[in-house]
Amino acid sequence: MSALLEVQGLRVDRGGARVLDVDRLAVEAGSVLALIGPNGSGKTTLLKALAGLLPASGRVAFAGAPPGPDFRRRVTMVFQDPLLFDTTVRGNLESGLRLHGVDGPRRRERVAEAAARFGVEGLLDRSARHLSGGEAQRTSLARAFALRPELLFLDEPFSALDPPTREGLLTDLARVLKETRTTAILATHDQLEALRLADRIAILRAGRVAQEGTVHEVINAPVDAFVADFVGMETVLTGRVGQAKNGEFRVDVAGRQVVALGDAGVGEEVRIGVRPEHVTLCAEPGEHSSARNAFPCRVTAIQARGPFFKVELDCGFFLAAYVTPASREELALAEGSEVVATFKATAVHLLRR
Amino acid sequence: MELVWEGIKKALELLWSLDPEVLGITFFTLKVTLLATLASLVLGLGAGTALALNEFPGKRLLISLINTGMGLPPVVVGLFVTILLWRNGPLGNLGLLYTPTAIVIAQTVIATPIIAGISVAALQQLPPDLRLQILALGATRTQMVLLLLREARLPLLAAIMAGFGGVVSEVGASLMVGGNIKGETRVLTTATVMETGKGNFDAAIALSLILLALTFAVNALLTHLQQRERPR
Repeated sequence: MSALLEVQGLRVDRGGARVLDVDRLAVEAGSVLALIGPNGSGKTTLLKALAGLLPASGRVAFAGAPPGPDFRRRVTMVFQDPLLFDTTVRGNLESGLRLHGVDGPRRRERVAEAAARFGVEGLLDRSARHLSGGEAQRTSLARAFALRPELLFLDEPFSALDPPTREGLLTDLARVLKETRTTAILATHDQLEALRLADRIAILRAGRVAQEGTVHEVINAPVDAFVADFVGMETVLTGRVGQAKNGEFRVDVAGRQVVALGDAGVGEEVRIGVRPEHVTLCAEPGEHSSARNAFPCRVTAIQARGPFFKVELDCGFFLAAYVTPASREELALAEGSEVVATFKATAVHLLRR
Repeated sequence: MELVWEGIKKALELLWSLDPEVLGITFFTLKVTLLATLASLVLGLGAGTALALNEFPGKRLLISLINTGMGLPPVVVGLFVTILLWRNGPLGNLGLLYTPTAIVIAQTVIATPIIAGISVAALQQLPPDLRLQILALGATRTQMVLLLLREARLPLLAAIMAGFGGVVSEVGASLMVGGNIKGETRVLTTATVMETGKGNFDAAIALSLILLALTFAVNALLTHLQQRERPR
């Protein structure tokens, strides 16, 4: 696969200060790149610069060539604020298509398709003024997808929504991105959103990319304490579903079977997460009989983390666990020692299907 | 009290009989005022849009100047336009003083800052990212400006009403630059002043009623447009 958008030496200066300085960043066609970082780290600035909405210096290649005059018609952006036009939902969904000069019959077709994807078919004749926050953001996303963009920029599209609304929309967006194979760049301060949607992650700090890599690499092997603090909550595993029945499934992760609860189809490639505080270490298998997952493994690193120790394990796959100083002593944990890591099926989160 | 009732009665008689002079003044007023409002709309909306959507040094100062201009005393405008058009003034050779054109010019000077000021405010109250959102949907710069104006249409219609209201009721400048010449530059306000001065309260009341009706009709029309635009 080749990069759909690639930038080199991208710089943005504001009021004499350099607010963005990115050596290289690229997004592969059909994949989702998440830009994550705290507020003020430059996510939105980077996104706007990539979308050509902000003056920036540097080299940009879109589909292998410098962006031409048609660039803005091949990409689009969804903001944190839905920014709907003061008309009906249908009028909003049509607005971009009108700007693109799409004729009436094709416009109706695209509007119907986009409305169905985001579940706003029933709202088409409603005024955009009288929508809830979730409905408004669905309308905004549908307006963007109606354009069938080659590249979609998403600037914290969920951060103004309440958790249940956000959850529903996140699920739908993940599905639509997959169905339409849309390439997307998502700015977010929420690592869970990134885990749910992204293939690769770039961590931003003070206008620079602190780390860029696959979700796996960045989450499981943060390059420094800043990145670790920001993303290092979960161990992320990827694998293929081998068996699934009665709301339970087994994922083949590097030849080991991880048992999890939830709905997943056999043969599906899934991303699952396990938080280090849910992993228990013991000397022999079977000590914690209620835990469905038990893997013999070797300790690769031990780091002090406040009142706990973070133990990094090689179980055939990477796994992290938190242990108390007492357990560490009892198990005589050291680099290279052999232990059994256990966690319950309920401790495994299905992050992405 | 009798003076008032008598005045109103005679005024209604004047209106009822469709007095040609009164009708002439009314149509002339409508024509001059609408022309001035239209000219102010073009100038004021253009200036307001350019000012709201561009960043440049001195922008704030310019906006404060326009906001000050929203309250320009008509007599001051009348004075300056008179000097400008005076026989041996800078534009004296055009011979425009005491013509309908002079009234339109003076009224345009009065209404332009009103429309420009409200336009700036109307566009600035839109979310700052809306411009980027419109561009991101594939708009050209012209399409972007038109969409922004459409989003601000309710306050912009209010700007037109304010501009029209400012000039239709204005008397000082029209009197100074028009001269209240019968059949030529006499408008409802200058005629009302004159009739009141002569003690012809019935005529003055008739003219005032027409002025009120005219203002009401134009604003009702614009309000209707404004409220119809509101989606349910």
